[in-house]
Amino acid sequence: MTDEYDAVIIGGGVNGLGTAYHLGKKGFTDVVVLDKSYLGYGASGRNGGGIRQQWTSEENIKLAVESRKMFEDLDEELEEDIEFYQGGYLVLSFDEEEADEFKENVKLQNKLGVESEFLSPEEAKEIVPELDISNVVAATFNQSDGTIYPFKVIHGYANRVREMDIDIREHTEVKDIITEGSEIKKVKTDDGDIKTDTVVNGAGGWSAEIAEMAGAEIPNVPVRHEIMVTEPYQRFLEPMVISFQHGIYFSQSEHGNIVGGIGNPDEEPGINQKGSLWFMKEFSNTLLDFIPRFSSVNMIRQWAGLYDTTPDAQPILGSVPEVDRFYQVNGFSGHGFMVSPMVDKVTAELVMGEEPSMDIERLRVERFEDMDIEEEGGVVG
Amino acid sequence: MSTIVCRCEDLTEEDIVEAINEGYDELEKLKRHLRLCMGPCQGKTCMLLARRVLSRETGKGVEEIKEPTARPPSQPVPFSLLASPKGGEKDD
Repeated sequence: MTDEYDAVIIGGGVNGLGTAYHLGKKGFTDVVVLDKSYLGYGASGRNGGGIRQQWTSEENIKLAVESRKMFEDLDEELEEDIEFYQGGYLVLSFDEEEADEFKENVKLQNKLGVESEFLSPEEAKEIVPELDISNVVAATFNQSDGTIYPFKVIHGYANRVREMDIDIREHTEVKDIITEGSEIKKVKTDDGDIKTDTVVNGAGGWSAEIAEMAGAEIPNVPVRHEIMVTEPYQRFLEPMVISFQHGIYFSQSEHGNIVGGIGNPDEEPGINQKGSLWFMKEFSNTLLDFIPRFSSVNMIRQWAGLYDTTPDAQPILGSVPEVDRFYQVNGFSGHGFMVSPMVDKVTAELVMGEEPSMDIERLRVERFEDMDIEEEGGVVG
Repeated sequence: MSTIVCRCEDLTEEDIVEAINEGYDELEKLKRHLRLCMGPCQGKTCMLLARRVLSRETGKGVEEIKEPTARPPSQPVPFSLLASPKGGEKDD
């Protein structure tokens, strides 16, 4: 027996489930969401839960602002406490040149509705009294940024999506996408074939592989990023603290754990979700330079996930030139969760053939062929 | 009388049964839904107990129930121990 659906969504992460949710709200429910593992197995379940609007490219700022507003109402909408804690993001700079860029970033962010401010090291220390500011040159801060607990968002979407009679199939791996000319005919899985003419590719680090199955090319490359968590403590750290120069980020979750990561500039691209001793040492060293008082805090677990990276560190959205009705919602380069509410709304609108709520022309895959691309400079972790 | 399965997160046997009935029917899913195996013990106290409850509730053999991926460190370690000693060479 062959199943048939109006649309197949590949990837049971936040963007796959979020797109299904927005389709369902419009009454488009003949949809199946496939995941090769359990929901949130990929980056959606491995990230630090950061919700930031302090970006450097116009597209990312706009997506992040609209998404933050939607996150503020998501508890009620999903009937799930997503643990959104708006303690702000404190972005630290350790060199004069970068501090000048921060001033420009704040100008652009303010213009687009983000109430970020440029701070002196002393002002930064007022927000995080334990911070060692001896090498800090400047900082920016935005109060409405914060953190969420990713699994609550995933499970909230999944529960609401199932109530809408949209199917979710876990442990179902896509093996091929069959096309005729430029039309999609079938999605082949390890658990049977599914007839459809519409596919949404929200496969995170596996998105380029999925696109290739359909005969489309996207420039995404998966890169491992590691992360860790400590024992839970009473709240003592309000904001997420980040530094682009060090590649470090850390925050305290609503539950009390310190969650943080640090990037490895020498990381080899590829699918690798294993932890490393290098990370534990590098993160601990850098963290103690920032906050010496953390020295007796216990790390209890560390893990890794994939950034689905693109050449300009901006997502790939919308249709592709090679195949009809093959929608991309991937390439988030480490910030897919925080922009997901708006991205998913727009993706559902595109699938339905509606005018999108936000202009995404500069986020289509074609930009790498025919536009001057503007690289997002604010990636961390 | 409630039976505590997870001491780190105060989870009882009833909490686990309820979550299984809501569809969180794998250890990996219970972990993410309830924070089971995510506390300071990292599953050393709760995981085998939860696996038995899952086996009983789903009718699957204990050996069929996959354990969550084990993650380092194997016990809580202070940052000071992982970081290089003060004045020492940074290992990069």
